[in-house]
Amino acid sequence: MRAVLRMVAWRVAFAVPLLVIVTIVMFALAQASPFDPVRQYLGERALVTSPEVVEAIRANWGLDRPVLEQYATWFGNLVSGELGESRSLHRPVTEIIGERLGWTLLATGSALVLMFAGSLVVGTLAAWRRGSWLDRVITGGAFANESAPVFWLGLLAIWIFAVTLGWLPAGGLTDAASTTISPGDVAAHLILPVTVLAISQSSWLVLYVRESVIGVLREDFVIGARARGLRERTVIVRHALRSALLPFLTLLGARMPELVTGAILVETVFSWPGVAAASVQAALAVDFPLLAALTLLGTAAVLAGNLLADIAYTVADPRVRTLGVG
Amino acid sequence: MRIATWTLAVLALAVLVLPPIVQLDQSLVDLRSAGQPPSFAHPFGTDEVGRDVLLRSVYGLRVSFLVGLVAALVSMVIGGAIGLAAGSLGGLPDRLLMRVVDGFNALPHLLFGIFIVALFAPSAAAVVVSVGVTHWTTAARIVRSEVLSLRTRPFVEAAVSGGAGRMRVVRRHLLPHLLPHLVLATVLMVPHAIWHETALSFLGLGLPPHLASLGNMINDGQRSLLTGDWWSSLVPGLFILAPTLAISVLAQRWRDRSSPRWRSELEL
Repeated sequence: MRAVLRMVAWRVAFAVPLLVIVTIVMFALAQASPFDPVRQYLGERALVTSPEVVEAIRANWGLDRPVLEQYATWFGNLVSGELGESRSLHRPVTEIIGERLGWTLLATGSALVLMFAGSLVVGTLAAWRRGSWLDRVITGGAFANESAPVFWLGLLAIWIFAVTLGWLPAGGLTDAASTTISPGDVAAHLILPVTVLAISQSSWLVLYVRESVIGVLREDFVIGARARGLRERTVIVRHALRSALLPFLTLLGARMPELVTGAILVETVFSWPGVAAASVQAALAVDFPLLAALTLLGTAAVLAGNLLADIAYTVADPRVRTLGVG
Repeated sequence: MRIATWTLAVLALAVLVLPPIVQLDQSLVDLRSAGQPPSFAHPFGTDEVGRDVLLRSVYGLRVSFLVGLVAALVSMVIGGAIGLAAGSLGGLPDRLLMRVVDGFNALPHLLFGIFIVALFAPSAAAVVVSVGVTHWTTAARIVRSEVLSLRTRPFVEAAVSGGAGRMRVVRRHLLPHLLPHLVLATVLMVPHAIWHETALSFLGLGLPPHLASLGNMINDGQRSLLTGDWWSSLVPGLFILAPTLAISVLAQRWRDRSSPRWRSELEL
């Protein structure tokens, strides 16, 4: 337990300065940007608005203050949970995140579960029948999948399952005609995005499971289990897979940035109403308050994922605990 | 292996030689032949305004490859410089720089790319910068570990005891050894950089829409996909998939060959 606490403290000591630096960099980029928020706010009216009114808006928004003071105000607001108002949707950022975050967590969470289960089965199958046509198909497929852009996979899935076969909806959260959100409807809309996200993230995991199961299958305790006459399934699942599993947890933490990337693209392709797709909309509208909040959220998600992976690893592997690594 | 080499060779030939020879205008709009399925005249069909998808894909690959190459070079220069500094200075600077590397690795790259591109009007330069600044960490790691191992070699010690300054050692003795590693890392980075360019363009945040880049084409083709015209968005994707897969297959082979022991262990 002490090792876990120390590791958490260590991680947080790294995460907090990083998040602060991220806010500084974002603010500096916004300052250097040629976009003028006031002009953007006024739109075509900018041509007919008198300079005094423009100055009044600037003063009202605090844009005439020194840069450092502007940053301090913005940062202070962020810390106190005041994320500001979205410039494109004209609603509080917290409200937008609040209603979208759940959908993103639902989609990425389901994708993670599917990715884990699927990769374990497929990777173990490939290792168990190593060198066979099945193994070759699986490894080849994993390599091809790793090279295919996820948004392309998404479009391919839409073309096959929504356009040609007509089995599943092409995107959105519910049918366009429905006025309420029913679980069955959402589930039908969830299948394609979740599967595409899971598949796009699973190549490395399948190859990793395959390689580590192959490695473990040669170990003495597996040969011993076989020699004791245990069933093949018991040998694979109870002995080989179990010890091949451990290092994943840290690897999964290291893959968090890719998961965020995948979520952005998949949510956009399938018009899923989550926070990841909102970041693209915010970027297209140059909506700094919303985009900055979502970028921070993405970074925090990666850091939290790393932390969770490390905690799980420390709890799962007693060797790390006694050695006090981290 | 052979297929991968051939794929790369054919694509390289198409990208380098085809445009000057064929003299066809990829941006030629021909509404009479809009949305045609693959045929003899148009092997991969035409898009919704009648442009030939195959021809445009080749041009798109050309644009995407150029942007990807420049972005990869930018990230290698940044990463190489930081890795070299960390490895040769050692001590506190090294530890600080490695923390910076850890920090960059914790960032969701695409999200930061989106952030940068959004604030500085979508353009090839913005894409190059956004990919370059977020992807130098791999090069930095490789160069640093290589420098650390080179530092203990006799020829470096000999140079130092012979009175060579730090800069001279770096230039004359370290850089020549680092170059092959950097070149390989750049080659491996190019497909990833192309991926980033296409992802940004696909989101409407990358290259300007009139440029035929693979991401723009996939984005344009999205609408007609819903009416069944699969070719205009799915074909450009194949032009991303094929070279990426070919390069990763070749890299895998190269790795196997350079560490035969590891390979033989796996074969056992």
